[in-house]
This record gives sequence, structure tokens and C-alpha cells, in this order.
Amino acid sequence: MNTEILSRIQFAFTIAFHYIYPPLSIGLGVVLVIMEGMYLRTGKQIYEQMTRFWIKIFALIFGIGVATGIVMEFEFGTNWAVYSRYVGDIFGSALAAEGIFAFALESGFLGILLFGWNRVSPRVHFFSTIMVALGSMFSAIWIVVANSWQQTPAGYRIEGEGMKARAVITDFWEMVFNPSSIDRLSHVIIGSFLAGSFLVLSVNAYYILRKRHHEIAKAGFKIALTVATVASLMQLFTGHRSADGVAKHQPAKLAAFEGHYDSLAVADMYLVGWTNAEKRHITGLKIPRGLSLLLHQNFTTPVKGLDAFPKSDRPSSRAVNVVFQTYHLMVAIGMALIGLSLLAIFLWWKGKLFEQKWLLQIFVWAVLLPQIANQVGWYSAEIGRQPWVVYGLLRTSDALSQSLKTEQVLFSLIMFTLVYALLFVLFLYLLNKKIKHGPVDTHSETIPDSSKRDNPILN
Amino acid sequence: METILGLDLPTWWFLVIGAVFSGYAILDGFDLGAGALHLFFKKEESRRIALNAIGPVWDGNEVWLVIGGGALFAGFPVVYATILSALYELFMVFLVMLIFRAISIEFRSKEPMLWWRRLWDISYSVSSILLALALGLVLGNVIQGIAIDKNYAYQGTLLDLFNPYALLVAVTTLALFMMHGAIYLVMKTENRLYAKLTILVKNTTIFFVLMFAITSLATLLYIPHLIARYKEVPYMFAFPVLAILAVANITRQIAYRKYFFAFLSSAFVTAMLIILVAVGLFPNIILSTIDPDLHITVYNGSSTEKSLKIMLTFAAIGVPLVGVYTFFVFWTFRGKVKLDETSY
Repeated sequence: MNTEILSRIQFAFTIAFHYIYPPLSIGLGVVLVIMEGMYLRTGKQIYEQMTRFWIKIFALIFGIGVATGIVMEFEFGTNWAVYSRYVGDIFGSALAAEGIFAFALESGFLGILLFGWNRVSPRVHFFSTIMVALGSMFSAIWIVVANSWQQTPAGYRIEGEGMKARAVITDFWEMVFNPSSIDRLSHVIIGSFLAGSFLVLSVNAYYILRKRHHEIAKAGFKIALTVATVASLMQLFTGHRSADGVAKHQPAKLAAFEGHYDSLAVADMYLVGWTNAEKRHITGLKIPRGLSLLLHQNFTTPVKGLDAFPKSDRPSSRAVNVVFQTYHLMVAIGMALIGLSLLAIFLWWKGKLFEQKWLLQIFVWAVLLPQIANQVGWYSAEIGRQPWVVYGLLRTSDALSQSLKTEQVLFSLIMFTLVYALLFVLFLYLLNKKIKHGPVDTHSETIPDSSKRDNPILN
Repeated sequence: METILGLDLPTWWFLVIGAVFSGYAILDGFDLGAGALHLFFKKEESRRIALNAIGPVWDGNEVWLVIGGGALFAGFPVVYATILSALYELFMVFLVMLIFRAISIEFRSKEPMLWWRRLWDISYSVSSILLALALGLVLGNVIQGIAIDKNYAYQGTLLDLFNPYALLVAVTTLALFMMHGAIYLVMKTENRLYAKLTILVKNTTIFFVLMFAITSLATLLYIPHLIARYKEVPYMFAFPVLAILAVANITRQIAYRKYFFAFLSSAFVTAMLIILVAVGLFPNIILSTIDPDLHITVYNGSSTEKSLKIMLTFAAIGVPLVGVYTFFVFWTFRGKVKLDETSY
């Protein structure tokens, strides 16, 4: 293992682990705004209880998201110093904007969200909830803008050469609205709504099945189902737009997604399959000419294949098979989520939603689906653009810190693996505990500061 | 080169970064100090009150680090890339300790078992202490300079970073944060814990004043390049004089039990120490111990003027906003800590 591979593994591992949490925060943020808004409008206790309950879960998720997110901000400099110097003029400004406009907003108001129930009026508390939800979305905006610039650079020029080469900004708004920003941002945000709403669906389905907190669970389920249905349908649209954008701006990546080698051929679209790099052949289930239809709206236009690019400028054959699988898995899950939410909506309309034990059972486990889709979607995006770290400009292998030694990265990688494993176990344990405890009894257990003094453990 | 109020843009950005890192040191400084003192509190209730004193604000305080990191990346990418890759292990441990500090605060109250809480208490305190020391080590090495070659690659070893001067700065940083944290806690507590903290405030202040004196002496003796500017421009001596007066004022306010003013003074001292270093280094940021021609300055290490201008606009809009909601949160949670059902 060399320094580059280890650094790539470390970055991939730390960002993949981190990415479990922000989508949940973003999605839960929206659900929380709806729940607390319902509480303010109706004054019903169940909405207050569910809001308080989900804020606690939000805090747990947000906490780990922050802790693992700060690592990311500094990992560019530690392991990818050449990259950092190269992109700092552009990427840095997006990252700094994230800190100052987004992260500060959500972290500032989170304190009030968690501890402010008895200190501020319900309206101010609701305002804080909105600010936290907005802040988490603003974060996504700047981070995705930064990443999209790496995929489809715009509004820049290259200055200097060798170790002094760097991309400098020429047009800020062109950089922000680079060709893939909007498509990818909408895809990420909607993916986050799915992650958050399916968590709420899962927990509430569990309560309904266990016949606990019935009223709260059903009301919460309906709120989340509405969000999930709208989001899953919108994801179809943003997904298509994103794929279109990839075909236009990163054709080698799209060819890898679809395992399409031959540039002169009309492209089929595979639903499932296995790519064979030597034979340039995919074994699987396909829609003949489907890709040509989807991208060009006809059955005859060929789609640029991998053979149109020199071997050194496109993903390796092994990478092609990986992204073929991850991309197709993402699409399949997207379809499954649409099916699942529409079915539930139909049953809701029929008034039989909560009688279908099997469906609720599926919803309990379906929380994993958006998580997996979000993960494999990013794997496709990031592995599919290899060997470039900044598309067409800077190779991943050239981006590494010069002074870095293999044993240094090995040390940090092992450390992160151990710490994140511990973190994940604790997260699941505490999440499970909170869920088992449930949303009721919000007003008990207030501790007057003088009583219980003899008790060494105060709750 | 374009200037605003007579200063060029890289200098402005240097000031912004100085301000943001001062903000971080002042705000997270008392969190880290409170964490470092945590194990001095023996009773469960005391520990909970101490924890909840920083409970609603520590996360917002950490934001200043995130902003500082982004600001450094954006404005001085060469500095960001060079320092982080050079001090690799130090920063990796720092990042992991930030995680431990965060989860210790979050997870401690989630289980009632004694062993669980003791474990997170220790983790909280140790991570806070290590974070303060790591920040000091970074500062100590920045003051002295590091072995950077012409490709911005670090040529020294891990052990070089643990030199006596850097260790001295590390301990001084810890002492400063402990004093700052103790003063913060004393403002937030009552009764017996308050009484205990008044003693801790005294002891940590003595500890800090002692370390401050030793480090100042060591800097005068061994770090001539930091002193040079003060010799060149005599009116710069106002800064060290102000710093010393502020330190003296901390002890005075403590003697009068005016802890809020003592806190303002210790915040001022924290900012002053960063300013003292910044003034001494400017226009350099990272000194190369290999060759003075390889120093990374605000000019050869900065982003383009266009980028800096965009960033300065961000800062002009963003920093006051952050200030407003930081103030709003502190105002909401003003006064002595009262535990309730939402507390840690």
C-alpha cells in the first residue's frame, strides 16, 4: 500500500462515515419544522411531544455529524496539500462560506433548540428550528458547490506551473453556478429529505407495530410519508437531470456508470448487470437502446463510450465495474422508494394504511435504503471521475501532500477506523435507546437544584 | 496593489484570520479550560452544572474553528496546506480529540451508570487538556518556524515539533485556558461549587501568570525574530504593555470578586497574546528554518486579490451575523446554571 492509496482510503472512509449524518440532519430538519409548525398551529400535545422527541434524535445525529465534519475540513490540507494549494483560491472560498453562513447559523441556534424550551417563547423556539433547518441546507449548498466545481470547473483560469500551478477565480458566480451545481445540489438535498423522512417512517412504523405511542406514531408517520413521497418523485427528476449533466460534461463518467465502451454504438440501458472489461461486454438485463433514448430522446444517436478516452484519462476497468454496480444500485433503490411511498399513500387514501403489518415491517427496515442510495450515489460520482480530482485539470495522484509518509497515513487511518467504529456502536446504541424510550413523558423529571442532593446520580 | 483604508488585501485577510482565531481561542478557550478542570469537581451535581455551563454554547464556539479553517484555506491556501501537512500527526490527534470532547459532552448524560459517567468525565477532561496542549504546540512551532523546503514539504521529524519552546507555549496555553475556564465557571455557579471555583480561579491565575512570565522571558531570550519588529517600531511596544496590564487587571478583578470583568480581561489577554505573535511574525506566517527565502508570507501564500475581495465581502456580512447570534445565544442562557429536563 502506498501513501496515495492509503490517503484515498482514509478520505473515502472518513467522508463516507460522515455522510451518514448530514443527510439525516437535513431531512430531519424539514420534518421538525413541519412538526413544530403543526404544534404552533394546533396547540396539540402530540405534536409537541413528537417535536421534542425528534429534536433529541436530531441532537445525537447532528453532534456526530459535526464531530466527523470538522475532520473533513482539515483533511484536505493534511493529506492533499498540493490539491489544497491548487484549488484554494476557489474551493476555499466555498468552504469558508459554508462555515460563516451555514454552519454558524445551525450551531448557534441548536443550543436554543435543545436547551431553550423553558427560556424562550414557542415562537422564538420555532424560529430557531427553522434557522437550524435552513443552516443545514445552506451547508449542503456550499459543500456541493465546492464539489461540483471539481467535477465541472468553471469561472477560473490556471496560473503558474509545476508545484506553483493553481486555479484562480475569474468569475465567482460562474464558479458557484458551474454546469453541475444545481442538478447535483437538488439531487443531494432531495436525497437528504429521503434519508430523514425514512428514519421518521421507520421509527413510527416500529411504534405502530409494537402498539406503542399510537397517536403520535400515526401522526408522525403521515407527516414523514408526505415528505417522503414528494421527495422520492422529485428525485426521479433531479436524478435524470444529473445523469444528463454527467453525459454532457463528464462523458467518461457516464460511460463508466453504464459500462458503455463503444462510442459508435447506440447505447443500451442495463437494469442490472456485470461488466467484463476484456470483452467489453455486460451480462445482464437491458432495455435495448434505452440510454440513447434517455439522453438523446431517440433510438439512433450513439453515446460516447469509454474507448473515446485514453486509458490514462478514464476510470480503470475495475473502477468501471464498481461504479456500474453502485450507480445501478442507486437507481434501483430510487425506484423502490417511489413504489413504496406511492403504495403507502394509496393505502392511506383507502384508509387502510396502518392495517398492513407487512408494509409497516418493510418501512421499519426501509430506513437503510436512502442511506445506501446516498452512499453508493456518491461512490459513483467520486470513483467515476477518477483519475481526476479536479476534472480534466488535476490528477488525484498529483494532489497528494509531498512530505507525507506511508506510516503517517497508516497511523491516522487506523486511528480513524477505531474511533469511528466506537462512534458508530455508541450511535446505534444511543439511538436505539432513545427510540425504545419513546416520545412520551416530556414534562416529568425536572430536577429542582436543591432536591436529590444526596443521590449521587441525578438522572 | 489594491488597498482598503491604506492596507492591502492580504493584510486585511491576515487581520480577519487573526480576529477569527482570537474569537475561537476566547470562546472555545473557556470550554477547553472548563474541560481541563472537570475532574477537580468531585460531586455528580457539580460535574453536571459545570458541563451544562458550557452545554448550550460549546458547539457554537467550535464554529469559530470551522470558520478559521475555511478562512485559512480560502485566503492563505499555501499556509493551510503547508502547516496541516507538516504537523500531520499533531492535527490528526487534535481532530480525534475534538471528536472525543464532543461525544463526551453529548453521551455522558445518556446513561445513569456510575462507570459510564466516570468514563466520559475522564474522556472529556483528557481530550480538553490535549486539545489545549495541541493548540499551544502548533502556536509554539509557528512562532519558531518549521523546516519547510522549496516544495512546501516538511523536512523535519515528529520529534522536532516537541521542542522545549513549543512545549512551554503548550503548557502556557493550557494554563491560560484553565484560568479563563475557571473564571467562566465561577460566573455560572452558586453555593458550594462557586466557593470551590473561587479557589480554582486563584490557583489557575497564579499558574498562568507564572507560565506567562516564563514564556515571555524565553521568547525574549531565544526567539529574536519575534522581537525584531518591536525593536524596529517602538510604538508597537504598546501591545506587550497592554497585555501585561490586562494580566494585572485579571488579578485585580479577581481580588474584588468582579468575575465578569475578570472574564473580559482574560478574553482580552487571550486576544492580545495572539496579536503579539501576529505582529511579531507579519508579513510572514510560516517561517522556514531551512532558508529565509522560503518563508511563506501574506503575499506569496495568499489567494488572488479577486478571491480575497470576495472573501472580505463574506466576512463583512458574515462575521457581524455570527456575532449577533452568538450574543443572542449567550443572552438566552445568561445567569447561573439551573439544571432542568433538557440539561445534559
